[in-house]
Formats: sequence, C-alpha cells, structure tokens
Amino acid sequence: MKYRTIFDIIGPVMIGPSSSHTAGAARIGRAARTIFGRVPKRVIITLYGSFAKTYRGHGTDVALAGGILGFDTFDKRIVNALEIAKQQGVEIVFRESDELTTHPNTARMYLEDANGNMEVVGISIGGGKMEIVELNGFALNLSGNDPVLLVLHQDQYGAVARVATVLANHEINIGYMQVSRKEKGSEALMSIETDQKVESIVQNEISDLMGIVSVTVL
Amino acid sequence: MKKGQINMRFRTVAELVEVAETEGNKISDVMLAHESDVMGRSEEEIFTEMSRHLDVMEEAIQRGLTEDIKSHSGLTGGDAKKIQAYKKNAKVLLSGPTLLDAVSRATATSEVNAAMGTIVATPTAGACGILPGTIFTAAEKLNASRETMVRGLFVSGAIGLTIANNASISGAAGGCQAEVGSATAMAAAAVVEMAGGSPSQSAEAVAIALKNMLGLVCDPVAGLVEAPCVKRNAMGAAIAMVAADMALAGVKSVIPTDEVIDAMYQIGQSMPVALKETALGGLAATPTGRALERQIFKTVDESL
Repeated sequence: MKYRTIFDIIGPVMIGPSSSHTAGAARIGRAARTIFGRVPKRVIITLYGSFAKTYRGHGTDVALAGGILGFDTFDKRIVNALEIAKQQGVEIVFRESDELTTHPNTARMYLEDANGNMEVVGISIGGGKMEIVELNGFALNLSGNDPVLLVLHQDQYGAVARVATVLANHEINIGYMQVSRKEKGSEALMSIETDQKVESIVQNEISDLMGIVSVTVL
Repeated sequence: MKKGQINMRFRTVAELVEVAETEGNKISDVMLAHESDVMGRSEEEIFTEMSRHLDVMEEAIQRGLTEDIKSHSGLTGGDAKKIQAYKKNAKVLLSGPTLLDAVSRATATSEVNAAMGTIVATPTAGACGILPGTIFTAAEKLNASRETMVRGLFVSGAIGLTIANNASISGAAGGCQAEVGSATAMAAAAVVEMAGGSPSQSAEAVAIALKNMLGLVCDPVAGLVEAPCVKRNAMGAAIAMVAADMALAGVKSVIPTDEVIDAMYQIGQSMPVALKETALGGLAATPTGRALERQIFKTVDESL
C-alpha cells in the first residue's frame, strides 16, 4: 500500500500552488533541517528535472527555504521565506541542473555552518509526499512518516546486532531497516524506522556501543 | 453503529461497498474504523482533525469569493467572483444556481491555491477545488449538518485511497484524469452519501464521474497549476454533482467501478510523457501557451 492514511488523500493543509512542487518541497527542506539538527548558516540547493524547470512559478524555492527554517506545509511564512532567511542570516543559493535524475522532482541540499556540513537528496513523489533518498553519499529511503534512527557506524560484523539488541531491550519494534555503505570496511549508515519513539536514553546507549560513530533521532 | 470486532479493511471499491452494506454501515463509518485500525488512533481524534480540514476549505472558499485574488503569474484569479455575480444578476441561468454555486466555489478554492493561499490538497493541490465546491454546495442544498459534511470527506477519502493504491493520483504519473478525475469521482461519492444514497450508489457515482474524465491529459501552461487547472476544477465540480444525481436516480455504470479505475491507470500508463505534467504538449504547447510561458518567466526573472 503506497498510501496508508486518509490524510495523505484529504491533506496536507498547505500553501499553494502545488502539492508536489510546494508542499513536498517544504517537507524535503524541513527533513534536511531536522537531520542537520540546527539552523544552517549557508545552504546550496541544486534543483533537477521539473523542479529546475518550474521552481519559480510553483514557489519551490520559497518552500524549500521555508522548510529549512522549520516551517510546515501550512505555515504562511513560507511565502516570505527567502526574506526571512536573509534576516536570520541564512544564505541560500539555488542552482539549476539539467543532469538527469531517476525522479523528475529532485533537490540536492548542501547545508553548513561553523560546526560542520551535510548533504541530502530529497524527492517529491506526489500529493505532498516526499522521500529522502541520500544522506552524505549513503543511499537511503526515508518517508518521514515514522520515527527514524540514523546510526553511522564502522562497517564490521556485529554492529547491526548490537543496535538491534538495544532496541529489543527497550521493547522498540523495527518497522523498516536499511544498511548502506560506500565501500566494504569503511563507514556505513543504518536507517531504522521504528513503531515506537526512541528516547534519548536509548539514543545514548546506542552511541556508547562499540564501532558507533554517531546517532541521530528524527 | 454495528462495528467493533468486524474487519473494516478494504482494498477496492467493491470491498468497501461490501464491508459497508453487509453490516448496514455507511462508507464514512467504514473509513473511520479503517483509519482508526491502521493508524492506531481514536475515531474521535481522527474526526476532529478532519473537521479542521473542512474549516480550512471554508476559509479558502470565502477568500476566493470575497477578496481580489490574483496569482503571481497573472494567469488566474477573479473568475469565482464573476460567476457568483452572474448567478445573482442574470435573468436566466442555463445550468442552474446549484451547479453555478459548486462551480464558483471550486473556482474560488483553486484560485486561492494558485495565489499561494492556504488550501487542503484533495488529493492534490492541483485538484483542491472540487471537493470544497461540491460538499459545501450539497450541504447548503440539503441543509446538512457539519458532521454530515465531515463524513462526506471520509467518503471521498475512502474512494481516494483505493484509487491512489490501485491506480494513481498524480498528474506526472497518470495525467489530469488521475488528479482532477480522481477528485471528481471522490466528490461524487461524497455527495451521494450526504444526500442519503447507499454505498452502492456512491460507487456508481464514482464510475460515472471517472468515466467522463478518462483520457484527460495534464498540460499546464508554463508548467504552472493555473491554466487549464482552475477551469478543470470548475468542471470537475459540475460533473461530480450531475454524476451524483444520476447515481441517486438509480443509473448504473455498465463497467464496474474498480474496472473503470483500472482503465484510468492503464490509460495513464500509455499516455505520452509530453502530456503528463511536463508542459511539453497539449495546451502548454499551443502558440498562446508558449507565448505566455515566455512572458511569465521573463517577468519573474526581472522581478528577482
């Protein structure tokens, strides 16, 4: 089932004009901001396909910027997001690419501040739904519907089992899980969708495990 | 309400009707129980969230009928008010006041959407005018309660979920028939239940409405959700109201509802890419469509 809840059909409540190019874009921006964990200082957004061709007419640029500032799809501040970003000292640069991507509505976002940087790729799949398909070069598949745990770890045996054990001990059920790596033996990323919320005590316990580099809870 | 232990889940319109009619329930009852079961939320909580969506729809209609709405590109805005004024002042109305109310409210909502106002995507922003247009007009005509209207949204959601999961609700994947077509079918089913029709009659209204949207391509001028989208929302509302009346009269579709939905999907699959939201064909590729595109993007560029 691609669509589970009625509110995917009757919803979202959103600022127009396009569920895929405006609401979906706002959700991609907001997901990027949540994964980054703070307001970035500088953002470079590369738009592909239909996003690149029609973003001005659909407000895709203001929606992405609004998402990065933390605005939801229905937040009226989206309309003025570019000015608000400027006031808050967030520099946002848009680039158009004619490179072919798998999905027509794709945005690549590079976020940085004095403490670090991050790159995510999001796609808007229709009706306001979106997926994050890449994080710092790791392939993944995040819909943003369920709680998500992102665990960056050393690519070695036992890492997945140790993380799963901690979740089991806290009676947290895994709904979907994916492990992605760039090459054998380097760093790898576990993305785990859970049925229950992951509290910070669980997060800390996982961080302390052997071979774990970082843990992010969304 | 006779539910509780009974399995209220459904995957097709036929299953939805069967689940509802076996126990003498309405489609809205089944949808509420299904949503509560799948998402693990109480029916009360779900109902409250849906009534807030109805409030947003009402505000958008109000704005579109009273304020001077103009989109950023200048392509759309102001037609909803024109239709309302005509309805009040014309000596003779060819289609009738109810239909023109539905059409003007659908237009109002779509114009507000094009002008970056607040709307509810039903199922998409491009098709957001049809449900508000029909549900608010039917409610006025039927003297229906707020609860009946929210229930109408649950009926349309049930139909929309089956279409989305068995076919498509995106113009990029299935053309306008998947967006405005789906919304029209959803709205027709909703107003049938609001008027006291049976679940079977709602299903017939879906088939009758969707059949008249089959093959509709997505060809937006300059790639924007404006022309012809706003007018297709207007006509979608008109078709939904008439399809509902036909179903309530006892008219049945020769082809069963789920097969019509499947036909919509198959047509979408064989539709050329140029006619699926790429602005490469159809009205977007007409001389005027192209001229408007050049004019709009030049103006927007200069304003940056």
